[in-house]
Amino acid sequence: MAQLDLRRKLSILADAAKYDASCASSGTSKRNSVGGKGIGSTEGMGICHAYTPDGRCVSLLKILLTNFCIYDCAYCINRVSSNVPRARFSVDEVVELTLNFYKRNYIEGLFLSSGIIRSGDYTMEQLVEVARRLRVDHNFRGYIHLKLIPEADPLLVEQAGLYADRLSANIELPRDEALHRLAPQKDAAVIKKAMADVRLKVEAAKPQKKDRARPPKFAPAGQSTQLIVGADGAPDAEILARSSSLYGGYGLRRVYYSAFSPIPDASATLPLSKPPLMREHRLYQADWLMRFYGFSAPEIGAATVGGMLDLAIDPKLAWALGRREQFPVDVNTGPREMLLRVPGLGVKSVNRILQVRRWKMLRLEDVARLCRGIDKVRPFIVALDWTPGGLTDAIDLRTRLAPAAAPEQLSLF
Amino acid sequence: MRVAELDHPTDFDGWRRGARALRAAGVSPSQAVFRVAGEGAQGGLFDTAPSADFASVTAASEAGEGSPFTVPKAFVDLAQDVILHRSVDRFDLMYRLLWRLQDAPNLMRIVSDPDVADALDRAKNVSRASHKMKAFVRFRQVHDDRGEAWVAWFEPAHRVLERTAPFFQRRFTAMRWSILTPDGSAFWDTETLRFGPPATRDMAPAEDEIEEFWKTYYASTFNPARLKTRTMQGEMPRRYWKNLPEASLIPQLIAQSSQRTAEMVAAPAAVPNPRFAHAVAPDVAPAGQADDAVPDTLAEAASVIQGCRRCPLWRDATQAVAGQGPPEARLMIVGEQPGDQEDLAGRPFVGPAGNVLDQALAQAGIDRASVFLTNAVKHFKHEPQGKRRLHKTPNAGEVTACRWWLDHERRLVRPRVVLALGATAGSAVLGRKVTVTAERGQPIPLADGSIAVLTVHPAYLLRLPDEAARIAEQARFIEDLRRVAAMI
Ligand code: SF4
Repeated sequence: MAQLDLRRKLSILADAAKYDASCASSGTSKRNSVGGKGIGSTEGMGICHAYTPDGRCVSLLKILLTNFCIYDCAYCINRVSSNVPRARFSVDEVVELTLNFYKRNYIEGLFLSSGIIRSGDYTMEQLVEVARRLRVDHNFRGYIHLKLIPEADPLLVEQAGLYADRLSANIELPRDEALHRLAPQKDAAVIKKAMADVRLKVEAAKPQKKDRARPPKFAPAGQSTQLIVGADGAPDAEILARSSSLYGGYGLRRVYYSAFSPIPDASATLPLSKPPLMREHRLYQADWLMRFYGFSAPEIGAATVGGMLDLAIDPKLAWALGRREQFPVDVNTGPREMLLRVPGLGVKSVNRILQVRRWKMLRLEDVARLCRGIDKVRPFIVALDWTPGGLTDAIDLRTRLAPAAAPEQLSLF
Repeated sequence: MRVAELDHPTDFDGWRRGARALRAAGVSPSQAVFRVAGEGAQGGLFDTAPSADFASVTAASEAGEGSPFTVPKAFVDLAQDVILHRSVDRFDLMYRLLWRLQDAPNLMRIVSDPDVADALDRAKNVSRASHKMKAFVRFRQVHDDRGEAWVAWFEPAHRVLERTAPFFQRRFTAMRWSILTPDGSAFWDTETLRFGPPATRDMAPAEDEIEEFWKTYYASTFNPARLKTRTMQGEMPRRYWKNLPEASLIPQLIAQSSQRTAEMVAAPAAVPNPRFAHAVAPDVAPAGQADDAVPDTLAEAASVIQGCRRCPLWRDATQAVAGQGPPEARLMIVGEQPGDQEDLAGRPFVGPAGNVLDQALAQAGIDRASVFLTNAVKHFKHEPQGKRRLHKTPNAGEVTACRWWLDHERRLVRPRVVLALGATAGSAVLGRKVTVTAERGQPIPLADGSIAVLTVHPAYLLRLPDEAARIAEQARFIEDLRRVAAMI
């Protein structure tokens, strides 16, 4: 085979990596290149350097080392039986591309994954080697996210964690049975064990007592995983229950949801339709409620119809409409936990309400200035000059609050 | 009208001096005007020479006249941000707030106040502009007599160059770079950060060879099946596009997306590629085939149990935790079920309760390494709560289902004594409901000739809130272990 030129490789191996939703670069330890020989910094919050027309941010150079793969996962464009063009980067090519992009301020760092070639161990070794060269040979202080090959030797995981900010192993499908059916070379138990291993290593690297020497950092930005939505039959409530069990079990920073999209050269096993983007969006909202608002998966599940989140309204509003006896909440006296459950009030708005009410009684217009839109909030709160009266229990409240059917995406041009 | 003149658009010190003087002179916000030297000359509204008034207020303030006053730090911080906003009335807004602070010292905390909310909003826009600058600056490589250097042309939404340049200094310390903007320029020579006059676009290089790679990457990472142009525009406003090399691709990518998606959806399912057929990895054995396996060795038991589906507990656990210890152990200790740590590590008694047990064993003179440790139920039963997993006691059905494995372990180890920790373990060993308090410490003969002994679970000792009670219970627990030690 003729040597593919580097740009052609880049286009193949970026295309092959784009179905992985996890690409954020946040939440790692702070560092910079002051006084050092290399380049790079991280300041806690990651930066999105560009957005593609699919609305997703480009924060990292997200590529595969190779899209050759000996596995045959039906949902994956790189499966062995797929006819897509194949390519493979050398370790040096990835290192050079990363540094070249980083110096021009295109990216925050590298997200490197790979098809499985030869064996899990061999593949993981190659990924680790890229990270090692960046960190050790080039003093690179930017962000590195490595995909774990769950079957790989725990010693390789250990090394990966020393160089990478974040590690991830994708659980891919909410149902273990479905994983077995669609990805016959993968084993959900092995993936879970790899995540358990990472959690233990992250915990072991946390300093226990002040007087002890600090252990070397291990994946300071923690670990994440991805669930593909819409490829097996799992309803939203089951997906959220799975997420909540993953969050609790492995201390994950994020569970990413990826609406299954049709892929070129798709397998006959899977539905071919436009990806369920609204469903994906609602799942992210529900996930957010679990992580920051004190909701449990069963609570959100109780507000679904047949296990599916309402596509027309957000999951918090759906929950509140089903639990109207808990409302209205008085913004001047209500406890924080209840304010957090008011549709339309975010964590920031609630904090501001709590701050302001120490100095003055809030009127409806005050609340309006502290949140994004008052319409959704109004039926669920009491303020100094406002009570919703029968509005809270109005039969047509859902219709009033549901946005008119969203217009089809308008063309920009 | 009293006019205070500022040297340049982000002249915070000038504004502070002017504002302080105006306020000391009792000039109300409606009578005060701030203006930047050289700006608004064509406006005609305030075109009378301001210098006399300004000189007078400045002189008054420098002479220390007027009552001294202090403002909260939050106000000063906010003013420094707001002043970078491009709106013309930003100085007036901050003066109005300063004025109102006299009567309402807590004003800055009342973030629902219209003026405060307005100022916070502008500060947010400024910080967003700074963030976007960190994101959207694109360096291009140049070469001069000192080697390679990097130059960017950027047009920030607000005047955030000086505020944001240190970020680039921390990130690209070892590179020589310049950022040119219509407001001014920043230069870093790997040692000092300097600022210079406004620049024009033609002063920056027009291209960079790596840009083609970047555009290739940008186009390839876009999934045409997921068009969401409004989200893109919200995060990457069009005002920045003209200086982003990749943005030139957007119209084409959008135009082609629906057709590309339609083609993918309409394409017939692919015929598998025969080229790599030889390279396929073998399928892994489907889990759940091991429910009735009769293991011949402990190692085999530990392996087949991973596929057990006799009850639903396998689903949310990481792995089954089989017993561990020498196959010829004379003492077998049976706990309830693996906990959080055991579930992760795949080994029994490594968590907090395991530590309590270890200490007690040591005090009773039993070598842990000589004991076979296992649990009545092999998968961790729990309920997720936020980032934690709360232990839940297994029910009778689960204990009965999992007895299959405990019985095999007992058959393969043949211990002389089986010590059951707690009621769940007791019922698994004896096959009936037990009350620990009633039968504790007594040797109970088992059908296979071994002896069962019941005691409490070490987790119970951990949960006792009262220190004295805990010490007493701990002593009783060690006492039970000593009695067991005497039996083996
Ligand atoms: S708890 Fe026991 S019976 Fe239930 S699945 Fe696990 S090993 Fe099987």
